Amino acid sequence: MLAKRIIPCLDVRDGRVVKGTQFQNIQDVDDPVVLGKQYSELGADELVFYDITASHEKRSIFLDVVERVAEEVHIPFTVGGGIATVDDFRTVLKAGADKVSVNSAAVRNPGLINLASERFGDQCVVLSIDTKFVNGQWNVFVQGGRKDTGLELFEWAREGVQRGAGEIVLNVMNADGVKTGYDVEVTGQLAQTVNVPVVASGGAGKNEHFLDVLKNGADAALAASVFHFGEIEIQDLKQFLSNEDLPIRLG
Amino acid sequence: MIAIIDYGAGNLRNVKHALNLLELESFITNQPDDLSRANGMILPGVGAFGHAMDRLREKGFDQKIVEEVANGKPLLGICLGMQLLFDKSYEHGEHEGLGIIPGEIVRFNTDLKVPHMGWNQLETENHYKNHPMVRGIQDGDYVYFVHSFFAKANNEQDVLFKTDYGQRFTSAVLRDHVVGMQFHPEKSSKVGMQLLKNFGEMVSREHISSN
Repeated sequence: MLAKRIIPCLDVRDGRVVKGTQFQNIQDVDDPVVLGKQYSELGADELVFYDITASHEKRSIFLDVVERVAEEVHIPFTVGGGIATVDDFRTVLKAGADKVSVNSAAVRNPGLINLASERFGDQCVVLSIDTKFVNGQWNVFVQGGRKDTGLELFEWAREGVQRGAGEIVLNVMNADGVKTGYDVEVTGQLAQTVNVPVVASGGAGKNEHFLDVLKNGADAALAASVFHFGEIEIQDLKQFLSNEDLPIRLG
Repeated sequence: MIAIIDYGAGNLRNVKHALNLLELESFITNQPDDLSRANGMILPGVGAFGHAMDRLREKGFDQKIVEEVANGKPLLGICLGMQLLFDKSYEHGEHEGLGIIPGEIVRFNTDLKVPHMGWNQLETENHYKNHPMVRGIQDGDYVYFVHSFFAKANNEQDVLFKTDYGQRFTSAVLRDHVVGMQFHPEKSSKVGMQLLKNFGEMVSREHISSN
């Protein structure tokens, strides 16, 4: 049976892992390659490396991280952050990434999803969506959650999949960084709306939060600080989920 | 020395990194003649079947691979590279494959999400339970898949592993010294490494027995 996936996310700035709470108060955590390898050994099913480096000149430091991860870590990993063109896709895929996630650039230029999926295959195009409940509907936000696009979540997700996105990461901003649980309802609803895997993101604080969202339609669950700060051990989490009868890869 | 065949499809370096870790010597090549000096061959691949076969033919790899297999040289096809071993695929039309393993490639017909993406389990077919290729592998072990099409082998005897995704499909084949894996061993952590190691051992065995 296809397993539910547990995915640690590593925000990387200038070659180091950082994690903010609701996109603020960023703290330095560790070396991305060392941490990625450790997560892989503890049983992480996939990894996400998100480049939040502000300056374009330091892009090469991140690419170096991607190459080192590809050499040393033998589970799939996604790279995101600052991906704006088909060339950006090619560069990180060539460096060894398995999937590439786009967010703001896809909203600005939806054709990018078509181009990338035609060139490299649907399976490596991940559409990452930041959403927040505003005036009675789920809106899509961009620029690290600062700008409301006015787009409606489900419409945008459907369009993205139609254009060739092979997976959706749904980051519910109301829940992000506050550790009160994933938004199970909107995540489950999205998983029913699209026929590609949906990865839940934002809000994980304890084991039960993972169970809730994975039981209700999410194919995978992503988290950062709870793993980085050792509040949740991946091995314990996966054993817990397996004991609750979810299909989980142990070991 | 294992040759990793470069015909312009997919990331070959990840396969090489995995072999490096296992201390299996390998080189990436886009020259069919290089296959003569290798002891084993790996045919990776991501993308569409028809396009991949065109690239293999353009470069002259198709005949060379078939020739080397006939000489007894071990071959491992990974993902699309496994599908290419078969007679025919129905991905975007009808395309002829390498014809090394009898059977064809068809699309998943299921209500489940396609592509079949993520970690899923292996079950070894009874006739291969004691084969060295499955050494260290347990039923229920997870490996990483990303694919929308799968192989239907004509002969049950060629099936190595099956996996359940709405139906039990063939997730690996083995026929003499030709192995095909629908999943990505290079991305499948310890289980994948064990399978690559087993292939590496097959390569050394065949090499010793042919000298």
